[in-house]
Amino acid sequence: MAFDLDEKLADGRVGFFTDTSICIGCKACEVACKEWNAVPDDGMTFTGMSYDNTAGLGADTWRHVAFVEQRQPLGHQEPGVGDMDFRWLMASDVCKHCTHAACLDVCPTGSLFRTEYGTVVVQEDVCNGCGYCVPACPFGVIGRRETTGVAAKCTMCYDRLGAGEEPACAKTCPTDSIQFGDLDELRERAERRLEQLRAAGAGSARLYGHDPDDGVGGTGAFFLLLDEPEVYGLPPDPVVTTRDLPSMWRHVGVAALALLAGVAASAWRRQS
Amino acid sequence: MSQTDVCLDGSAGLRGEREATPGSAGRRLERLPVPRADVESYYGRPVLNEPTWQAPDIAGYLFLGGLAGASSTLAAAAELTGRPRLARACKAGAVCALGGSLYALIHDLGRPERFVNMLRVFKVTSPMSVGTWILSGYGPQAGVAAATGLTGMFPGLGRAATIGAGLAGPALATYTAALICDTAVPVWHEGHREMPFLFAGSAAAAAGGLGMLAAPVSEAGPARRAALLGAAVECVAAARMERRLGPLAEPLKRSRLLRAGEALSLVGAVAGLIAGRRAGRGRLMAMAAGAALLAGSACTRFGIFRAGVESANDPKYTVQPQRRRLAKAKAERDLR
Amino acid sequence: MDLTWPLLRQLTGEDRTGRGQAVKSAATEGVRARTAGADRVVKSICPYCAVGCGQDVYVRDERVVQIEGDPDSPISRGRLCPKGAATLQLTTGSGRQRQALHRPSGAADWQPIDLATAMDMVADRIIATRRETWEQERDGRRAARTMGIASLGGATLDNEENYLIKKLLTSLGVVQIENQARVCHSSTVVGLGTSFGRGGATTFMQDLQHSDCVVIQGSNFAEAHPVGFQWVMEAKARGAVVIHVDPRFTRTSALADLHVPIRAGSDVAFLGAIINHVLENDLYFHEYVVNYTNAATILNEDYRDAEDGDGVFSGFDAAGHTYDDESWQYEGMRAEPAAGDRDSDYQRRSGRVPPGRTEITGSAGIPMDGTPRRDETLRDPRCVMQILRRHFARYTPEMVEQVCGVPRRLFEEVCRHLTENSGPDKTSEFVYAVGWTQHSDGSQFVRAASILQLLLGNIGRPGGGIQALRGHASIQGSSDIPTLFNLLPGYIPMPHAHEHERMRDFLQADAPHGGFWANMPAYLVSLLKVWWGDAAQPDNDFRFDHLPRLTGSHSTYDTVMSQLAGECKGYILLGENPAVGSANARMQRLGMAKLDWLVVRDLNLIESATWWKDGPEIETGELATADIGTEVFFLPAATHTEKSGSFTNTNRWLQWHHQAVEPAGDARSDLWFMYHLGRIIREKLAGSQDQKDAPVLELTWDYPVEGATAEPSAEAVLAEINGWDAQGRPLSGYAELADDGSTACGCWIYCGVYAGGVNQAARRKPWTEQSWIAAEWAWAWPANRRILYNRASARPDGSPWSERKQLVWWDEPAQRWTGHDVPDVEVGKSPAYRPPPDARGVAALSGIDPFIMQADGKGWLFAPAGVVDGPLPTHYEPQDSPVANPLYGHQRNPARKLYPHEDNRYHPSGDDPGASVFPYVVTTYRLTEHFTAGGMSRFTPYLSELQPEMFCEVSPGLAAERGLVHGDWATIITARNAIEARVMVTDRMPSLRLDGRVLHQIGLPFHFGPNGLARGDAANELASISLDPNSHIQEVKALSADIRPGRRPRGPALRELVRSYQRRAGIGEHTGTEA
Ligand SMILES: Nc1nc2c(c(=O)[nH]1)N[C@H]1C(S)=C(S)[C@@H](COP(=O)(O)OP(=O)(O)OC[C@H]3O[C@@H](n4cnc5c(=O)[nH]c(N)nc54)[C@H](O)[C@@H]3O)O[C@H]1N2
Ligand SMILES: Nc1nc2c(c(=O)[nH]1)N[C@H]1C(S)=C(S)[C@@H](COP(=O)(O)OP(=O)(O)OC[C@H]3O[C@@H](n4cnc5c(=O)[nH]c(N)nc54)[C@H](O)[C@@H]3O)O[C@H]1N2
Ligand code: SF4
Ligand code: SF4
Ligand code: SF4
Ligand code: SF4
Ligand code: SF4
Ligand SMILES: [Mo]
Repeated sequence: MAFDLDEKLADGRVGFFTDTSICIGCKACEVACKEWNAVPDDGMTFTGMSYDNTAGLGADTWRHVAFVEQRQPLGHQEPGVGDMDFRWLMASDVCKHCTHAACLDVCPTGSLFRTEYGTVVVQEDVCNGCGYCVPACPFGVIGRRETTGVAAKCTMCYDRLGAGEEPACAKTCPTDSIQFGDLDELRERAERRLEQLRAAGAGSARLYGHDPDDGVGGTGAFFLLLDEPEVYGLPPDPVVTTRDLPSMWRHVGVAALALLAGVAASAWRRQS
Repeated sequence: MSQTDVCLDGSAGLRGEREATPGSAGRRLERLPVPRADVESYYGRPVLNEPTWQAPDIAGYLFLGGLAGASSTLAAAAELTGRPRLARACKAGAVCALGGSLYALIHDLGRPERFVNMLRVFKVTSPMSVGTWILSGYGPQAGVAAATGLTGMFPGLGRAATIGAGLAGPALATYTAALICDTAVPVWHEGHREMPFLFAGSAAAAAGGLGMLAAPVSEAGPARRAALLGAAVECVAAARMERRLGPLAEPLKRSRLLRAGEALSLVGAVAGLIAGRRAGRGRLMAMAAGAALLAGSACTRFGIFRAGVESANDPKYTVQPQRRRLAKAKAERDLR
Repeated sequence: MDLTWPLLRQLTGEDRTGRGQAVKSAATEGVRARTAGADRVVKSICPYCAVGCGQDVYVRDERVVQIEGDPDSPISRGRLCPKGAATLQLTTGSGRQRQALHRPSGAADWQPIDLATAMDMVADRIIATRRETWEQERDGRRAARTMGIASLGGATLDNEENYLIKKLLTSLGVVQIENQARVCHSSTVVGLGTSFGRGGATTFMQDLQHSDCVVIQGSNFAEAHPVGFQWVMEAKARGAVVIHVDPRFTRTSALADLHVPIRAGSDVAFLGAIINHVLENDLYFHEYVVNYTNAATILNEDYRDAEDGDGVFSGFDAAGHTYDDESWQYEGMRAEPAAGDRDSDYQRRSGRVPPGRTEITGSAGIPMDGTPRRDETLRDPRCVMQILRRHFARYTPEMVEQVCGVPRRLFEEVCRHLTENSGPDKTSEFVYAVGWTQHSDGSQFVRAASILQLLLGNIGRPGGGIQALRGHASIQGSSDIPTLFNLLPGYIPMPHAHEHERMRDFLQADAPHGGFWANMPAYLVSLLKVWWGDAAQPDNDFRFDHLPRLTGSHSTYDTVMSQLAGECKGYILLGENPAVGSANARMQRLGMAKLDWLVVRDLNLIESATWWKDGPEIETGELATADIGTEVFFLPAATHTEKSGSFTNTNRWLQWHHQAVEPAGDARSDLWFMYHLGRIIREKLAGSQDQKDAPVLELTWDYPVEGATAEPSAEAVLAEINGWDAQGRPLSGYAELADDGSTACGCWIYCGVYAGGVNQAARRKPWTEQSWIAAEWAWAWPANRRILYNRASARPDGSPWSERKQLVWWDEPAQRWTGHDVPDVEVGKSPAYRPPPDARGVAALSGIDPFIMQADGKGWLFAPAGVVDGPLPTHYEPQDSPVANPLYGHQRNPARKLYPHEDNRYHPSGDDPGASVFPYVVTTYRLTEHFTAGGMSRFTPYLSELQPEMFCEVSPGLAAERGLVHGDWATIITARNAIEARVMVTDRMPSLRLDGRVLHQIGLPFHFGPNGLARGDAANELASISLDPNSHIQEVKALSADIRPGRRPRGPALRELVRSYQRRAGIGEHTGTEA
């Protein structure tokens, strides 16, 4: 629940279940997203961060594949890399389409809105580039594009959903690591998958964002991770900032009254 | 969403490759477990995206908005208590600060020409939206108050506007705290209880400073008292915030701007009081004190702004508090 | 349009908080998917790699607005990898060059040129150079050719385009026609062809899902064929074990159960040890091996194994570095190399097999005569099984540790998984690609896997086989309809000078009475008939003499040498980028700088088109633009969306892509280019009485053209490839071909692709509506068969080996073969059939023989002919190696092919003095994000940003040893050149322990070059030209080098650095050239 003004999410909410245990890090999702949405390239910089050169989500990267090299075991996998354990984790990150979306809450223009599919979308023609959504997002997803001055992020392919097509990134994913569909059904599938992986020895597997009771009310795009969220650049316990907004308003109110009172008191005695 | 149903006999057997489990058939050599390096982030990169807000624009806006709001309140108080020159100075100051803050706000937009889109909606969930409406309520009144005050025309209207602006002023001066606190920026967000007071204090100090600077010492009593009160509140709020934030307060504690802001405010407020005692001869000193107060308030706002950005850019300020929170919740669960 | 103020809607409607419908703008209301608004959707195929993913091309207002995966495709099921997903940008992006350009000799820059003028000028250049360099005879033998012109490229092109290239250039007497198949997978054709009879992958990707154990070795499946990799994941989901044997821990390893790091270039030792393990422990599939392989066949007593010759087999000619295969023969009969009596005698006298000849096994096996003697108890000391045991006896787990750096326990795990998952009820599959092929004994790497898979009984069975993952979209097609110097369409060998004066001699030599080549006269005559039409008559040998003749190797690397020597003067690049993609890239450019003229047809301004003004040699001062006489034409090519045609994917599937839009500007298809070039040349030569002009003037060259650009009809070309009978009716299969001139057919193995006048390659029945074989999707050669040698999926008696692994079987009541796939055996041939003694051709094969292309019907564990560097794989070190061969005194493959030249120096190796100057092993490879030499990815922003710069991957150990800093620069040096790269220090590049010594490897992606958006030095600057003698493939997968921190020197100092290394290592003319 964001604020005490509950947002009504329509039935049939759709979402993503990104199962990182079968991601091959091909970045097709990144490219397919850019092709479909005509997102410009994000600069040609060699980062040295394993095979990741796009570094993170932002206005010009709506899907981002993280690469993590670790001296840790992965299930019963035999990495054969010297005397140590080793695993190479890959995970495709995206806007979470939060149940309680801070970006949406704080947007002063109504540019960001909740769609009929339960997703959160920027209306490019409305956004005035105030940038408020950028620091509001607890996941570091949304950004403001330099060239156009407006905010940009994953739309969950709003236009494609309208045409009955699945999002470009999910469609292209060679291994089905990105699964698109009815959110409730995906959540069930994810639970089953988690059990399967744990049974196979991948004790570090966990779901992220699937829980409707978490700080953002659960996410529309949730993940199966093989390590702690922060390893992939995700916050471990994100909270929608507007959860505290009532308290903020209360404090603001008291402070405003205090200011009024203080100034009044300062001028209490009439000038002689 | 594809599933495979191709089987050796060509018949359906629904099993997708999404069920593949890497490592499930291996047999690892026994190895000594490697102690885990403390990973708290992805290549040290921030979890949050850096605010696009530019310091001169938005920290400037915080300062100017506060100044305008508190000045209007001070102006109203001055007018109602028979201090016309202080009232005039404050009205003029408020309207200038308002102009500056509007400029800063619009200048920071990615699409300034779409500023009016702020008026498409009213969203209580968005301090910026609320602030816009506050501004739209406050702005015209402050304008009318200043115009009538300076020209002396329409005194009735002027008085009403002055009172209106004076009442709206505190809202303008403090809502900006909600504006920045209602983000995921750790220092800002976690400081949301003290921030409004800090901002209110800082605004009062600035308005007081403005009054001291622009009004004769004889009329500036309220300004001096407001400044002193404001500076004190500001310092107390800052101290409380730093204590409550614990390790997260590092960026605040490190901030030279904040220290300078506090020092300037306190020195300005005290100097203002002394100047007030010295009647006529205190004018120069009062002006210096006023300037110090203004500078102090500006430093505080820039300091808060910078500390926030710093906390957003270092993943540990995002991850550690959340980890602590999770640990605490777990401990509580375990207790039950 | 909705004009109401959202605030009003907010106050009056449901959405009080202003976060939903109330704030929706009119523009948002109007949002429509651009796919939904398309005027039409055109079916296409991804133009990048050989997986052959289906694409839907959305067209609106005659512009391509979106390209995405075709959900109907049984191969890809709608998915695309990053390259496939970037196809829209590739085809419509601003990077593409659409203006024809001309650089006159010595000019400093390009000038735009009118396309028609350019075509005319190119035609003039060809005519002039041809006239000038015409060679009617060479060494007294009729050659009727020109060595002055060469062409390169074809794997990115359509089959129809390759066909026209081969047809026109051959008629012009050009023999130096080559494409990527040479540098990519030519050793596959040799390795698989000699073992099984056909040179293509034995299975298809979707069938991987039925595998119980997938061994990926020499391939980085997940990175280089990402969409195909879904079928490995599918197998995994069904419980399969996935093993990756690779020097590096890659994205494939990340998804595997077991990753085995191996020293690059040591796979024969590894596979040999598995073979030994299988034999020693009696783990082979007994019934399969006895019946379906040549294990029981007895060899000649003259045979001496490499084990007895310290690494050399009997028959070696030390002077010529070549073998005579006489002593490798079966007892009592001869396995003919691909030439008849007279030529064999000639060869034996001269001591060499015509280079490249072995590749004719691409489609059909080595012809043989007689009946071999067999011992089905496998005990005879001279039977293949016993020879095999002895040959591999020293390939032990200890040896694997010592040679490959693979710990014993890991090796044993691989053996365990592989053997536990092979047998009647289980199958294992090998997947490889160029990690195996690109070695100086690459063919033998493939042979080793073939032997192992035969022993385990995994060939021809579901979930089994050897999956050769090929490279470009149509590299299989450009081998089948070869733009290769030594082949005619359908793997018919090109005739050699003097060897075959008449067609009869040629046919006699190459198409003996036994074995599958028995029908070659029909294939050849039909080809000549379709090329020369009415001019080809029985009394003129069907114009057999219109074919130019070979006199040795004319591979792409020979062409470079001939350019440097000033013999080859004109060069046509048809979608290939040798200045980046070919070994010793600097030599490629130096060769081009000696040309009179160069034509580059490409999508982008690749390095091979611009080296004369901004190449590395301009920077070092070795070349000066003003002094370079080469006249250069750049002619922009049309993309796959702008033309129709067929690609043949890695599994031999011909898939048609339909034209979606007209090409813009001067961009034209290669079909257009070849057709109009031919037309113009023919017009210019019209009326010529010159004998050498007759082949081109008599050529059938009358394709219908359509549209504003006069584009020739690709479908008409496909129809010609398919062929027709005397009445002009399309043929429906190669069984219909005749040798009397009554049929005409452009490529016999493709005969049937236009059966019934229907473009079978364009068939697109969705996979959801058919079995996994997907027989009604596209068309596969041969005869739409998807799993080759599938007779072996049944027992000798014709029943399936097991319930789980049934594929085709003998239906006794119906007296025919049946099953899921098209049986790879004559459908009516009973398992009980035994050939009468005088049987010929396929009738000579018994009812149990599954390898119907082999003359003895058996899978060849031992290759008595066809592989010129030995009948059995033997471990040799790469040409440049820091490791001494622990198995044999012969360090390197004694028969490898070298090109000593001052710009192509080799390293001292092993324990030789100077070898320690180059102490590390470099291996080169691909990244998912880029494509080959970069022409299709480095100019594409979406792909470039993902891997923007050249880098090298090194282990933490090597970084410490050499002071390399992550993210900084390093310089890598060989005796050829030095390059710089950003340093990536990673555990994924494990250091190996062999024989107590730590060996570091350096990983280099080979995609980068100076042009485009993602730049860097090309890895191929470092590689030498040293080739596999069978296939002439270059060794770029394993070479020694040095690395040091910092950037490389600029200007002349770069050459000085290289020379200083040469001096330090004592490198001279003869270094590394010993046998
Ligand atoms: N993304 C992408 N896909 C491509 C291409 C591309 O450029 N980019 N190119 C296409 C083409 S043309 C081709 S031919 C295919 C090639 O496909 P692959 O052969 O899979 O490609 P490579 O990366 O060259 O080599 C494969 C692996 O071989 C390993 N290797 C190197 N030397 C050895 C060795 O001696 N032994 C063993 N066991 N392994 C070794 C390398 O580390 C590498 O991981 O890919 C095709 N697909
Ligand atoms: N060191 C090292 N070197 C290698 C390899 C390695 O693994 N390591 N791999 C080798 C292998 S397997 C290969 S296949 C080669 C590949 O090397 P190249 O074939 O030289 O590389 P590509 O970049 O694929 O070149 C194909 C060109 O065709 C152009 N093109 C695409 N479509 C068309 C078309 O329709 N018409 C025309 N005219 N042009 C078109 C593209 O823009 C591109 O420039 O590199 C080899 N070189
Ligand atoms: S497309 Fe799929 S497999 Fe490839 S990086 Fe994205 S999520 Fe991973
Ligand atoms: S992840 Fe961030 S941008 Fe996406 S919906 Fe949630 S708050 Fe908004
Ligand atoms: S930048 Fe645009 S989308 Fe983001 S909060 Fe401001 S108006 Fe809304
Ligand atoms: S859903 Fe659409 S917009 Fe979002 S990441 Fe995927 S492709 Fe991009
Ligand atoms: S490059 Fe290969 S795997 Fe990737 S989409 Fe194209 S055909 Fe498929
Ligand atoms: Mo290739």
